[in-house]
Amino acid sequence: MSGVTSVPVPTVVPATAARAKAAGAGGRTDSVRKRIVIHGILIIASLIAAFPVVRVLSVSLRPADRLLERDFKLIPDGATLQSFVHVLTETDLPQWLFNSLIITIGTSLVGLVFAATSAYAFSRYRFPGRGVGLTALLATQLIPATMLLVPLFILAVQLDLKDTYRGLMIAYSVTTVPFSIWILKGYYDTVPIELEEAARIDGCSQLEAFWRILLPLSTPALAIVFLFNFLTAWNEFVLARVLIGSSQELFTWPLGVLRFQAQFQTQWGDLAAASILISIPVVALFLYSSKWLVSGVTLGGVKG
Amino acid sequence: MNLDQTLGALGEVVTTLLVIAAAVVALEGFLYLVLVRWIKARMAVPFMLIAPAFVGLIVLIVYPLLWELNASFTNMSLRNFCDPGFPTMGIGVHCRTEGDMFIGVENFARVFTAPVLQQAGFFQVMWQTVLWTATNVAAHVAGGLGLALLLHRAMRGKGIYRALIVLPWAVPQIVALAVWRTELHSEFGMVNQLLSVVGVDGPSWLSDPTWNFVAMVAVNVWLGIPFMMVILLGGLQSIPSDLYEAAEIDGASSRQSFRHITLPLIRPVMTPAIILGVVWTFNNFNVPFVINQNELETSDTLVTGLFRAAFQYNRYGFAAAYAFIIFAILLVFVIFYVRRSGALKGATE
Repeated sequence: MSGVTSVPVPTVVPATAARAKAAGAGGRTDSVRKRIVIHGILIIASLIAAFPVVRVLSVSLRPADRLLERDFKLIPDGATLQSFVHVLTETDLPQWLFNSLIITIGTSLVGLVFAATSAYAFSRYRFPGRGVGLTALLATQLIPATMLLVPLFILAVQLDLKDTYRGLMIAYSVTTVPFSIWILKGYYDTVPIELEEAARIDGCSQLEAFWRILLPLSTPALAIVFLFNFLTAWNEFVLARVLIGSSQELFTWPLGVLRFQAQFQTQWGDLAAASILISIPVVALFLYSSKWLVSGVTLGGVKG
Repeated sequence: MNLDQTLGALGEVVTTLLVIAAAVVALEGFLYLVLVRWIKARMAVPFMLIAPAFVGLIVLIVYPLLWELNASFTNMSLRNFCDPGFPTMGIGVHCRTEGDMFIGVENFARVFTAPVLQQAGFFQVMWQTVLWTATNVAAHVAGGLGLALLLHRAMRGKGIYRALIVLPWAVPQIVALAVWRTELHSEFGMVNQLLSVVGVDGPSWLSDPTWNFVAMVAVNVWLGIPFMMVILLGGLQSIPSDLYEAAEIDGASSRQSFRHITLPLIRPVMTPAIILGVVWTFNNFNVPFVINQNELETSDTLVTGLFRAAFQYNRYGFAAAYAFIIFAILLVFVIFYVRRSGALKGATE
């Protein structure tokens, strides 16, 4: 289901493979003029990429009566944190964030368990239907998330799951599983099977070998998959809108933030402050984890 | 935060998790009895391992798709709603016997002949989608490759540039889109304020059809370049540097080594990235939906049009047929492209 796509797609590359490639482009040195041009282009690209973020930061610091003024200063005149205080105390934002957080943590863990066990079966067993299963997992990635909205909506109405978290959580638990299985299977494949065989000679059962040998060795991959599940569910919007969009007390943050946006003339400060609050942890997590993740689709590995 | 609401939400989440856990235990117990005790299958373990995930996928994807296929042959809508009842959910005959719901393939024909939305027909929306996908993917690849080539060298500040350029990808998408929608406001938005500094009278991005489409594409280009850049940078880093050294010794210009070393060797990375890029852009819902806020039909792509047909006009049967046609288009493209490029060869090994 391509609902996952609004989110970084990580894959884990075993550390040894990545290290070998860390060296860069070789030792060619550029002339001074070429270097100036390169830095110039990169500075412009960085400005374009970062400008909206900086601008929102600046708007969030504005006093309420100057929200719509034309002002390009980084720190506005009369800078104040009142938007942050307002959004945290007078609006439902904390509730929305809390709702998002518990749903997201719960479903990410469920998805991780489902994917970790399935990937083990695909990596270590040659069972009938294995190839078909793997291809079917890839094929699910083609299905537009929007395509499933009509049936899921009507099924949710029929089963009384609309305006509850139950339907949403089951969907979130499963959405990222196909991709996670592929990531984890790829990682398990790089762990030598001899380690598990040795453990079995020492008296472990196969599942014990999985639990005691392979899983601990796969911690980085498991962390990445958890992170990927987490970010996907955390950012999901359209299914939440269809399933819980009509009951405001259940809102997750994307629904709430778009409500701020819809009333933007009065709530630009709220929107800006909320955006900053929501983004900081996610961006920090993202930049931190990009140390090990990066480059999912690639067949060759990467270290950033 | 309201304590009742908070506890209520927490309670519901915990209950749901317990229900999922109980369902998994029941499923595994059932499989154990059937596979191990009854059939005594040799390969019981892998099936038990994959069972929870695959049952979940069947519930979430396969079953809804079957339901949708069934609905696509009916004229079900909000007004003409048939309660299919549990557990068949309308798969089978139930809905077909009730009145004259069953209309055969008429929905599929109607997608091409009648207006899909209120003014726009299928081919117009299709054309908008192709334009949207092609411009975006082209810009993502060009921009991503350009920046990756620039960053793929030893230089000062590389880490800082990378961190800044990756920002659009790192920021939660809904946040970025809500902010862009606000900044595109013709009077109070940053975009037009900046344009007026250089003396240009900015267009009304939110209500003018052409400019709305341009804005949509621009925002998605901004969002999508970092991903492509990171992927391609990974591809570049996996090219051994001695190839370039050898080429340099043989007197190759940097353009020649780009053409004959970089491009061919980056293809195994670039081809899947392009396929994924096309699929994701084609299926992208959030960007057109938020930037356009479901207003202009001239900015609809096939998937936002689908949302409108289903949830604004509530024509469920029609929307179901329309969904399958969209899926068929995507499937044909991917099969064609994968065959031709030989990508994903041996991916299931």
